[in-house]
Amino acid sequence: MATPLKRVRGLGTAHRGTETFWRQRLTALANIPLVIFLILSIVSHIGADYGTVKAYFAQAPVVILMLALVISVAIHMRIGLKEIIEDYVHGEGIKIAALVLATFFAAGLGLASAIAILKISLGS
Amino acid sequence: MGKAKLGAERPLSPHLQIYRPTLTMMMSIAHRISGAANAAGFILLAWWLVAIAAGPEAYSKVAGFFAGIPGRVLLFLFSWSLIHHMLGGIRHLIWDTGTGLDKTSIEVFAWLTVIGSIVLTVLLWVAGYALMGSQ
Repeated sequence: MATPLKRVRGLGTAHRGTETFWRQRLTALANIPLVIFLILSIVSHIGADYGTVKAYFAQAPVVILMLALVISVAIHMRIGLKEIIEDYVHGEGIKIAALVLATFFAAGLGLASAIAILKISLGS
Repeated sequence: MGKAKLGAERPLSPHLQIYRPTLTMMMSIAHRISGAANAAGFILLAWWLVAIAAGPEAYSKVAGFFAGIPGRVLLFLFSWSLIHHMLGGIRHLIWDTGTGLDKTSIEVFAWLTVIGSIVLTVLLWVAGYALMGSQ
């Protein structure tokens, strides 16, 4: 009764290994400077007129950081929401529904934000 | 897992209400709550970005809300939740390396997260206000 080596090596029963764990840590690390940048960006533009905000997003570094933020956040958010749902929602049907909704929520927010950033920065 | 139907009502291990609340327990809960709050808070960012992309009229609605007292309070709470979750997360990253797991360290980390999150959030708002109109 020995488990075949290919099943032992790293991937575990879910066949996903530590991929999710690693991705959560990686996005967490990325989010540290990006969230500080986000807070400064929003606070410094409270009450700003349209031209000022538009000009802010015309800067390449702002666009890159903001895009990186919404992508990293969406991935991190999806993992976190999934973890909470898996811990507290026990009914099989409602759990799957909640997981689907959480994924749609994170992907939807990420996509809407990313496309908005592109549209602002590329003008139109 | 955990789908087995047990015939008899078996005793459960002690759950949350049995224990006296401790700071570290509260910080663990706060990390989850702030994470969930952050997810909701990012609706504000998406709203802001989509409105800027949509044009001046849409933007003026968001800008008006953000500039008002309820808007500023909401943004402040959102930023505090973000920073709280960030410091709590840094704590976890340190633990991932296998260090800081002794009793004194976890107490110190807990206090650093609470106090640090308030201090850092206020500092970022001061910096943000100082940067106004400079970009």
